[in-house]
Amino acid sequence: MLDPYIPLVLMFALAFGFAVFSVAIAPLVGPRRYNKAKLDAYECGIEPSPPPVTGGGRMPVAYYLTAMMFILFDIEMVFLFPYAVSADSLGMWGVAAVVLFVVSFGLADIYLWRRGGLDWN
Amino acid sequence: MTETARLLADDPIWLILIKVVALFAFLVVMTLLTIWAERRLIGKMQHRPGPNRAGPFGILQSLADGLKLAFKEDIRPVLADKWIYIMAPVLSAGPALISFSVIPIAPEVTIFGERTALQLVELPVGLLVVLASASVGVYGIVLAGWSSGSPYPLLGSLRSAAQVISYEIAMGLSFVAVIMYSGTLSTAGIVEAQSGGWFFALLPFSFGVYAVAMVGETNRAPFDLPEAESELVGGFHTEYSSLKFALFFLAEYINMVTVSALATTLFFGGWHAPWPLSLIGDGMLNTGWWPVLWFLGKTLMFLFLFVWLRATLPRLRYDQFMNLGWKFLVPLSLVWICGVTAIRGLRNTEAVSSGQFLLVGGGVIAVLIVATLLIPDREPPEPAEPEAPLSGGGHPVPPTDLKVPPTPPRRTSAGRQRLPEGAEGADSTTKEAPDGNV
Repeated sequence: MLDPYIPLVLMFALAFGFAVFSVAIAPLVGPRRYNKAKLDAYECGIEPSPPPVTGGGRMPVAYYLTAMMFILFDIEMVFLFPYAVSADSLGMWGVAAVVLFVVSFGLADIYLWRRGGLDWN
Repeated sequence: MTETARLLADDPIWLILIKVVALFAFLVVMTLLTIWAERRLIGKMQHRPGPNRAGPFGILQSLADGLKLAFKEDIRPVLADKWIYIMAPVLSAGPALISFSVIPIAPEVTIFGERTALQLVELPVGLLVVLASASVGVYGIVLAGWSSGSPYPLLGSLRSAAQVISYEIAMGLSFVAVIMYSGTLSTAGIVEAQSGGWFFALLPFSFGVYAVAMVGETNRAPFDLPEAESELVGGFHTEYSSLKFALFFLAEYINMVTVSALATTLFFGGWHAPWPLSLIGDGMLNTGWWPVLWFLGKTLMFLFLFVWLRATLPRLRYDQFMNLGWKFLVPLSLVWICGVTAIRGLRNTEAVSSGQFLLVGGGVIAVLIVATLLIPDREPPEPAEPEAPLSGGGHPVPPTDLKVPPTPPRRTSAGRQRLPEGAEGADSTTKEAPDGNV
């Protein structure tokens, strides 16, 4: 009897092997026609503007906020999954606990909403 | 341990290898066919033929396109971060290929005399494998945009990442009720639990949230904001060419196939035959190779839904899209989970009879309906004053005393050099037009 994860590992190897092979073979089978303009950043102007991150530019802070919210809600989700698997054996005590958890999390969510954390301009 | 896990446990290694290669080939062929079918269907919906030259009905069109891409020049922009730029497509395509391996296609078949299940792996944490691969796939998108060293891909990748993680929350929350009713995270177990009735009828709201989230998660129209051509050129893969670009394309379509197959597995009974057919011959159509047909049929139905949406709906604005995710899907999913939890808990309790349950439930609903009637109507907005004077024909006309602002002097590099030091300030005040445009 083999470990049940072995097919997943084989699929992992095949998937990444295929992807690495494709990336590696691309410069070998394709033509090479050097052109300085072709290697510039794709933009409408004649001279490309400095790249936003490496050039010291900024990006909207709303993305940062979204990422933080994702982490919080993802953790909430991670707590809900094990409860859902064993919901029936936990009975009413489990229901009370999970409703309390979701409601207290929801209060923070309402605060975030009222302070405009979910608005996107 | 489910029946599927027991069947898979004594697979010989040659059978596992065959399955791995077959699944890989299936996904790649599905990608080629989905791209072709999408172009054909959208063509039909827009009264044009679509691709019809390569092979019968143009079915080889995407194969030809893929081959052509392999023989295109592989470009790496000078500003790109070399290794991350090369790694990003791998990180995008790899997880996409992996996440399909937990999907059950058929319960029990015989391949070369070996009894096995048509599923690559059966794990007690099957659903988490899908969620984990989706999360890793986001890295490919973010790193592709970041490493390209160009503004459009960066903006596209930021948008794409924010979109995928936002809708991943909604998607994960829609799983919770399904897990509660099946009592397991294993995909085969969830399909097994639906032998009596499919979950989309039992949990309609969860299915609705999943259906929206799966479109948002895969960056498909009408939620294809990362690729909004009019704003961002091609999105995060603008700077990619050749096979690296092909890998991103492959990942997108495999993800589409995966989320469609997952919708089938979670809400549409997986490989179970649809209702009137499931009664034929005492469930005869749920055995052998028949389930493959039902599974593929349901998956193709969802893929058709993707194409239909793309042909029908215009693209959303980004703030509308984020509002839909964070202000509608996520809060209502949480309320729905609380409701399902409470109802399920009450139903399992001996102390509460069904009559009492219905009575109290009906009372709560009645109170809520009365409460909604008490909410005052929103004040209608004041009719706006017409800003431009209207002439007889009803068309706005410009005011007669309109002052045209003077044309600002053009800024040229030669002109700026000739300006003396003192004229610098005067120059900067005149180059701005009165309306604030530079």
